[in-house]
Amino acid sequence: MPRIGTDEWVAQAETRTEHYRGFTAPARRVWDRVTPGARFALFLAVAAAFPFTTDSTFLQRVGVNVLLFALLALGLNIVVGWAGLLDLGYVAFYGFGAYAYAWVSSSQFDLHWPTIATIPAVVVASALLGVLLGLPSWRLVGDYLAITTLFFAQIFVELAVNLDRINLPGSDEPLNLTGGPNGIPGVDPMVIFGIEFLRVRDYFFLLLVVLALVVVGLYSLNDSRTGRAWRAVREDPLAAELMTTPVNRMKLLAFAMGAAIAGLTGTIFAAVQVGVFPQNFEVTLLIMIYAALILGGAGSIQGAILGAIVVASVPEILRTPENARYLFYGALIAVLVAAVRPWQRLAVLVGAAVAFGFAVHEIVALVWPDGVEAGTRGEGLGSLLDSWVVLPAVERVLIGNIAFVLLIAAVLALTQLRRDSRFLLLVPTIYLAAFVWENRLVFQPSVTRQLLFGAILVAMMTRRPHGLLGTPRVENPV
Amino acid sequence: MEFFVQQLVNGVTLGSVYALIALGYSMVYGILKLLNFAHGEVYMMGAFIGYFVLVGLGGAASPILPVALVIILMFLAGMLGAGILGIAIERFAYRPLRNAPRIAPLISAIGVSFFLQASALLLFTAQFRTYNTPELIPFSVGIEVGPLRISLVRILVITSAIALMIALWLLVNRTRLGKAMRATSYDREAAAMMGIDVDRVIVATFFIGSVLAGAAGVMVGLVFGRVFHFMGFIAGLKGFTAAVIGGIGNIPGAMLGGLLIGLAEAFSAAYISSTFQNLIVFGILITVMLVRPSGLLGSPVLKKV
Repeated sequence: MPRIGTDEWVAQAETRTEHYRGFTAPARRVWDRVTPGARFALFLAVAAAFPFTTDSTFLQRVGVNVLLFALLALGLNIVVGWAGLLDLGYVAFYGFGAYAYAWVSSSQFDLHWPTIATIPAVVVASALLGVLLGLPSWRLVGDYLAITTLFFAQIFVELAVNLDRINLPGSDEPLNLTGGPNGIPGVDPMVIFGIEFLRVRDYFFLLLVVLALVVVGLYSLNDSRTGRAWRAVREDPLAAELMTTPVNRMKLLAFAMGAAIAGLTGTIFAAVQVGVFPQNFEVTLLIMIYAALILGGAGSIQGAILGAIVVASVPEILRTPENARYLFYGALIAVLVAAVRPWQRLAVLVGAAVAFGFAVHEIVALVWPDGVEAGTRGEGLGSLLDSWVVLPAVERVLIGNIAFVLLIAAVLALTQLRRDSRFLLLVPTIYLAAFVWENRLVFQPSVTRQLLFGAILVAMMTRRPHGLLGTPRVENPV
Repeated sequence: MEFFVQQLVNGVTLGSVYALIALGYSMVYGILKLLNFAHGEVYMMGAFIGYFVLVGLGGAASPILPVALVIILMFLAGMLGAGILGIAIERFAYRPLRNAPRIAPLISAIGVSFFLQASALLLFTAQFRTYNTPELIPFSVGIEVGPLRISLVRILVITSAIALMIALWLLVNRTRLGKAMRATSYDREAAAMMGIDVDRVIVATFFIGSVLAGAAGVMVGLVFGRVFHFMGFIAGLKGFTAAVIGGIGNIPGAMLGGLLIGLAEAFSAAYISSTFQNLIVFGILITVMLVRPSGLLGSPVLKKV
């Protein structure tokens, strides 16, 4: 049952963007006039300057991660964003590329192929694997295709873990194909045209070049017959078939292209990590790639890159409590500024939340002195927070857990309330969020990351299913 | 022979758990055409609730209530908690997306699954927990059939799974709510026009499906031991496999599929290799999907244009 008016809303998307309001309007109008090519050149320039701003290998590694994610998201975008095929087996291609590179460039089989021959071979092999795993898309659509491909991803991990003792007929020693849970360590660095890639910074530039090539390729592909055919297949396979689009071939082509990009990314990943391990290619990674693509907006090249930047860098910021704190309060304020209008209301809200916090802190200090522990958060923002957020000295985990459950309940309740009651509930909810953050989440970055991704995926889908930079579209009711 | 029968019992126990999970998938898919990825996590939460009820009642070694009552309370709490969780998931993650493109609810479901897993990790830590059932009901208690002994726990699990399935069958085929569910599954729009409160039917479906998953979680805790935050993923995949093999949206199909998967897993672990048991199950699924996409008992759906 399509909602009445949805089509008009989509149809007006172009005209609507003209009417910017608020103080950011001039900047946004200027930004709109910059051509996509210039935008991308700007991005490349900023990215290329990045490794020179820091000597820290850690930060450069984060940069490499961002680029790896961007490439993966771009590859996935072909299959999911353009052709509309829900491919949950995508990490298998990435893993295959990495393992294939490791097989021919390590002492596993004592093969050390030249990189310049390996990469094309691996890309072609990945594309062929993509065609093979794409074959089910001829018969299966939607969720069925998704689940079948998810099983392929599972099978890949199972094989990677278990194919270390294959008893071949006619040989006494079992064949060790994947190194089992220990993976294949000691993968050779890449050597292209005599340049040996040794440092993390080298791989950053290699990835940047690859990204530039891929983006230029995808950009022209998007506007080509092929790109239009993919979108036709996505919107309505039956109508596309009637218009003589070779639907099945286009599906396979999408799978093959996506797999080729994933395989290529995998080779670089194997080289930069100097090894491949089964746990690098688990479903968690798949969900992160999906999160990047969905967050940026499926179907949009800029979106995929933006999503990758967010998804790959946010977890790193979360790693130290001090940075995580800035990120958390920054995001909280940004959300409030975006969601609460007009500004008078926002000012009242922030004031109320601050007052509420101090009041709670004082009351707890009076009633239960063990409940407030001072001077634990160090300098800066931390010391300011000390007299605002209650930090129990005893039973912190238990209290934090209860508060976490309460927070979920409060956030869910917020989505149901309207106007004044919502406003009233928002004040304690903000405080509760800060409380849970300070007492539980800040110490467990990996859990926090998972929680945030899960929550973001749900919130994104319910509020803005087309992502940050994607185009809203209407789907035919099934 | 003895070994074979032992594996058969194993397979049937495992299969009845998978069947219960599969039923939830199947019912939700039948009505909403939605693949509820978070279903495995509901099952995991059910297992945890059962665990904490057991601990709250003094633990397996020294329960403060009679054993039978403890087990009944564990089941009731696990089922009710899972049911409420199911309703909440439907309300907040799926209902806003009723009319969105097909990919949206699926991604939202993946998000819920991720969120619940991380919540479990945060609240219950990554530690493996066990119900420690042998202390509650010693495995030596059971029925002797010739040389074979079937432990009481397994009998309990199998019979309660069968009882739940019969209750579900009666609910779907003999009550007004069941009729409304079948009508909604057949054609949601037409059902709404006939005066059926579709939203209520969907909520009821989620509740019932999640209750079954919660029961499955407690059963797994009782028979197989380990309860941990990641247990829902693989079990969910297998439950879904079972639903698909039987023909999704088809209730007897889900039971049959669950049984098949359980038996396949038990026998492949016993006779082929336990490292490849997951691979064999996934292989079966992919084969069934490709050869008969509508499942064993499902009827092919004609797509309206």
